[in-house]
Amino acid sequence: MSRILKYVILDIVKNKIVIVYTIILALFSWSAFSLEDNVAKGLLTLLNIILLTVPLVSILFSTIYIYNSSEFIELLVSHPIKRNRIWTSIYAGLCLSMIFAFIVGAGIPIVLFADLGKAIMMISVGTLITAIFVSIAFLSSILSRDKAKGIGVSILLWLYFALLFDGLVLFLLFQFGDYPIEKMMVGITAFSPIDLSRILILLQLDASAMMGYTGAIFQDFFGTKLGLFLSYFLLFLWAFLPFAFSLKRFRKKDL
Amino acid sequence: MVKKAFILIFCFLTFLSFGSTFHVGRNQKYKTIKSALHLVEDGDKVIVHGGIYKEGNIIITKSITLEGRNRPVIDGARKFEVLSIKANDVTIQGFKIQHSSYATLDDPGGIKVYESYNVKILNNHLYDNFFGIYIQNCRRVLIKGNRIIAFGKEEQEIGNGIHCWKSDSLQIIANDISGNRDGIYFEFVTHSVVWRNISHDNIRYGLHFMFSHDDSYFTNIFKSNGAGVAVMFTKRVTMMNNTFEKNWGDAAYGLLLKELTDCYMSGNKYIENTSAVFMDGSSRIIMRRNEFKANGWGLKIQANCTDNKIEGNNFIGNTFDISTNGNLTLNSFDANYWDKYEGYDLNKDQIGDTPYHPLSLYSVIVEVNPPAMLLYRSFMVTLLDKSEKLIPSLTPENFVDNRPLIHLIDL
Repeated sequence: MSRILKYVILDIVKNKIVIVYTIILALFSWSAFSLEDNVAKGLLTLLNIILLTVPLVSILFSTIYIYNSSEFIELLVSHPIKRNRIWTSIYAGLCLSMIFAFIVGAGIPIVLFADLGKAIMMISVGTLITAIFVSIAFLSSILSRDKAKGIGVSILLWLYFALLFDGLVLFLLFQFGDYPIEKMMVGITAFSPIDLSRILILLQLDASAMMGYTGAIFQDFFGTKLGLFLSYFLLFLWAFLPFAFSLKRFRKKDL
Repeated sequence: MVKKAFILIFCFLTFLSFGSTFHVGRNQKYKTIKSALHLVEDGDKVIVHGGIYKEGNIIITKSITLEGRNRPVIDGARKFEVLSIKANDVTIQGFKIQHSSYATLDDPGGIKVYESYNVKILNNHLYDNFFGIYIQNCRRVLIKGNRIIAFGKEEQEIGNGIHCWKSDSLQIIANDISGNRDGIYFEFVTHSVVWRNISHDNIRYGLHFMFSHDDSYFTNIFKSNGAGVAVMFTKRVTMMNNTFEKNWGDAAYGLLLKELTDCYMSGNKYIENTSAVFMDGSSRIIMRRNEFKANGWGLKIQANCTDNKIEGNNFIGNTFDISTNGNLTLNSFDANYWDKYEGYDLNKDQIGDTPYHPLSLYSVIVEVNPPAMLLYRSFMVTLLDKSEKLIPSLTPENFVDNRPLIHLIDL
């Protein structure tokens, strides 16, 4: 497994796109912190990057990479290696390199500028978001042999999580505005890793905004140790489940 | 010679008019405060030396000065009102007064003043009483430099720090009040001033005004109170240079204004409150040169407020600068500094060339539908907000500052 992992990582590094991604993230983060006069504003700018750019790059790069390495995968399958191993190694390789890019690019300035609690939260959430969208990329690329279709699905999924989901939530809120749906809304956030991450980070950043009645309910849930644990657990689940589905498909797939 | 004699006689007379002095203490002539109080005449002075005095309810009926040396403790043993003042021209100074009884019918206090004039309550510590200082139907009372600490858990189990009812010309200066229901409570109190007090960590309001006209409060600090400060059903109040800080929670306001008219607010700082100022049914209020910083909502101005002028204030780092609950706008915004303003200033007159709409679409949505807070800072909402800023459709169009300032006002 570790050898496949090594090859995957070497291949990705040779590809240079991840290195450029690291540099761009670094540029974004350093400029966000040095241009804004206070750290909180810089963190908010970064939050937008984490919640938009990081998922987009992770999902697109991973999908395309998987399609491009289909010959490599076929080659590996012809060897006496378990399919589980192949697929998991590629996942681990992609995850590790993308996470490494994120931590080097955005993590270092965050640690330098923000205070520790916020920094840990930002970095852990960014890392998880990366893993989640790599995982979703695996799912969308296993669904179809057609490359254009697979990449299309990836883009649509990104659009859904980044934009459409919030629109839907807003729509639901207005439809059910007359009912006490605050608690249900906490549940609904579980269906979008981006929303979940955003609320987790915001509760760390500017509590005042979230402190309305709804904010109080969020704080009651996400602010407690149990809530924090549960939301991290959910994020882990998001990183694991799509990949697990794809693994199941891959094991039986006729390549 | 005659002149000298006159001066001597004059001196003698003034000496007489000062009255005599009684010393109370373990090693003094009088062992209890009450035994001294039986003998005093108007104008006398009672000096109480250090120690603990548990004498039930001490009632002062003569115009005397009661002065504590080495901070003597008067203890109500949780059975009595501690000190009752029922005479004019009384001064209470330098005591620690603790453990009054608890009764919701007659509201016992650490120090309670009944229908009196010219009372001074100076430099006392009031510790763990039901009401700290209770002023009932008095005039010209000075309450200065007291420290009032209580340990209330529930609103109904604890009284107010300084409770003033139906009084006039009070001066409440430099007191430190915490742990009561309301820090300072005014009901039917007129022509009074509240100055340089610190009211913090009270269960309900730091300062609570009801039907109290023509009062002023200056340079006070209200911090971390359950619901901030409330000024209700009152006319002509002046509020200047106060700090309202860290009043958290859904029902907490830095400053709650309800049915308020003709007031002037200036130089106040609202920092890190859930809602800095909430205005309901208020009219003809001038808000000038205040600072709203890092609040959830800067100014919640309900549609039933009219003719308020909001001029020259700083709005910095608030989640929502303004929110309202209707389409009607009968208030004016002019020459404020908004940190969210994105306009330009071509002629360099420090006034932005394009008007600023402080009401964001999202704040309107949240007002109608609080759970929408879920989408705070979501990309979707930012997009909606931007398009609404360019072409207002859902937010009232006349909710506008036509002369937004480019630079922060130096306060």
